[in-house]
Amino acid sequence: MNATKVAAPPPRQASPGERRSVFGTVFKARESGIVLALIVLVVFTATQNSRFLSGQSIRDILLGTAILAVLAVGQAVVMITRNIDLSVGSVLGLSAFAVGTMLRDNPGLPVIVALLAGLVVGAACGLINGAVVRFGHVPALVVTLGTLYAFRGAVYFWAGGQQINADKLPRSFLDFGDASVLGIPWLVLIAVLVMVIAGVVLRNYRGGRELYAMGSSPQAAQLAGIKVGRNTTIAFLVSGALAGLAGVLFAARFGTVDAAAGTGYELNVVAAAVVGGVAVFGGSGSVWGASLGALLLTVIGSALAVLDIDQFWQQAIVGALILLAIGADRLVAVRVAKALKKRDSHV
Amino acid sequence: MSDPTTPARRPAWLARLASWDVAVIAIAIVVLLVASGTIDNFGTGRNYTFLLLDLLPIALMALPMTFIIVTGEIDLSVASTLGLTSAVMGSLWNSGLTIESIIPLCIVLGAVLGAVNGFFVTVLKLPSLAVTIGTMALYRGLAFVVLGDSAVADFPQSYTSWVTGTLGGGPIPNVLVPLVILAIVFGVVLHATPIGRGVFAAGASDTAARFAGIRTGRTKFWLYVVSGAVAGLAGVLWTLRYSSARADNGFGLELAVVAAVLLGGVSIFGGKGTLPGVLGGVVLLSALQNALRLQDVSNEALNIVTGVLLIISVLLPNILFSARAALQRRRRRSPSPKAGALAGAEQ
Repeated sequence: MNATKVAAPPPRQASPGERRSVFGTVFKARESGIVLALIVLVVFTATQNSRFLSGQSIRDILLGTAILAVLAVGQAVVMITRNIDLSVGSVLGLSAFAVGTMLRDNPGLPVIVALLAGLVVGAACGLINGAVVRFGHVPALVVTLGTLYAFRGAVYFWAGGQQINADKLPRSFLDFGDASVLGIPWLVLIAVLVMVIAGVVLRNYRGGRELYAMGSSPQAAQLAGIKVGRNTTIAFLVSGALAGLAGVLFAARFGTVDAAAGTGYELNVVAAAVVGGVAVFGGSGSVWGASLGALLLTVIGSALAVLDIDQFWQQAIVGALILLAIGADRLVAVRVAKALKKRDSHV
Repeated sequence: MSDPTTPARRPAWLARLASWDVAVIAIAIVVLLVASGTIDNFGTGRNYTFLLLDLLPIALMALPMTFIIVTGEIDLSVASTLGLTSAVMGSLWNSGLTIESIIPLCIVLGAVLGAVNGFFVTVLKLPSLAVTIGTMALYRGLAFVVLGDSAVADFPQSYTSWVTGTLGGGPIPNVLVPLVILAIVFGVVLHATPIGRGVFAAGASDTAARFAGIRTGRTKFWLYVVSGAVAGLAGVLWTLRYSSARADNGFGLELAVVAAVLLGGVSIFGGKGTLPGVLGGVVLLSALQNALRLQDVSNEALNIVTGVLLIISVLLPNILFSARAALQRRRRRSPSPKAGALAGAEQ
């Protein structure tokens, strides 16, 4: 949490109220950085090619962001507790295929059932991750690297070579992926709803604050009476459930689902969260930042297409952004540590 | 701090680890024997050649990975390094360079890619997990930038046939010779030199190792360089074996490498492990994969086995440890601190 003090006026002792406002400014600093990058990118791309700001293009960006943001919110919840969930792309694939199969076989099912089914499939996967991490006392990295391939393998095993095409899915479901309420697509509404709920819980509720405490120092959190194991499981459950939800959104948006759906998404999701200011060490970051990161990544992908740059650059940029973001975080942390040392020596 | 062992229990822990190595090697042999007896075509010389060829890249990259995990770090970028080397190799070949100059260039390229990891981890002191997730995306992305989704196939016959050829026409592939030499070198360095002791010391406690005069940062940096160079060599051999340079070569192979190392009894928390155990893990994993492939299990479905093995190999030591601790507690009839209560929430 040191990074929160970066803009503190030097030798004064901050009162709790003040600290909150300082927290707010720095918090905004990170996000305004992304917003700035977004504006520059959008303006530059739009001047190169006006097609970029057409209704269809913006719509595509929003729909893509919605799916990535739902995943990034889940990832933020896990990363704040100083864990990581690499299996989200595979959970998305499993959920998309499960829901696709269910709807193909029962075309009469309402959309809400599909959404719930996706949530349940994802939550089950998340529960596996969380239980192994909690009861096995093993690092989340290894567990979710294992389940990344295990869940993906399960989808391949189940699907064989088959693909669920749009013409096999019920009309109502495909409409859901396309339709809007008051001009805002359903997918975006759902993503915003997820963001708001997760954001408020993390910021204002005891359970959310406990996750930050765990991420800052697991030992201290344990000593403070926080149920670290239980909360870890819940964090993975949330991440899994949201990945499952994203799977349904994925199926609704693209209409075609095969065993490879969502392959490699985990890198984009981790990148979105890290770029959005969620610390890999846990203990800081917000779902808003993660969602902005998701928006930035999607806009970059879209801009590449519009600027006629090889799509293959996308993944390289994702990797470079991860390195850049964690490097920048480190730099800030070192500066803050130095500033604090200086201040302490004066007081 | 993630390590539940107390100094007083160290001998028992070591003894158990020693038996873990022996157990893995024994299981590997049993699997080989049983599979030869029960699975059609498994016990043929031709299949053993394929088994060894399949195992080669995993075994090669597992050698430096063992060192890196023993120091408590990780390198998830090895498979992407392999892919980028392969792509560059194809592109250089297309540009008309001779294979004799391309091969050393590719190994140097791998070393440079490893040095980038090492720089971020040891100079900027960033978590190796986040860094190598970033470079995993970056290097794979660059591989696609270099070669797109095309393939380069017309490598000189003399080289490709050496890589796929066998010693005197027997079942042992030629490429096993460099692997065995490297394995001996790595094994001797890890277990019989001050460098190796330094690696273990850095993994057991970085701070203590530095107080003991070991330059842990420098050691880790060079480990990443070696890891990159070996991954580069693996990329060259992979390309020559399939006579195909593609950007997606070796996709997902980091799972098998990490799984084999952990299966071989290396502790994910660092400080413990042996190279013979790792080689046992590589053979066991490859034998299982080969046996399943002969049963027409698809590569993607195979990943279920690899992923689950990875999780089991980190879970089992902790379960065994907990069981042992519980047994000792009962014997002593005096309570002892709950082992690794916090480990679950840590990276």
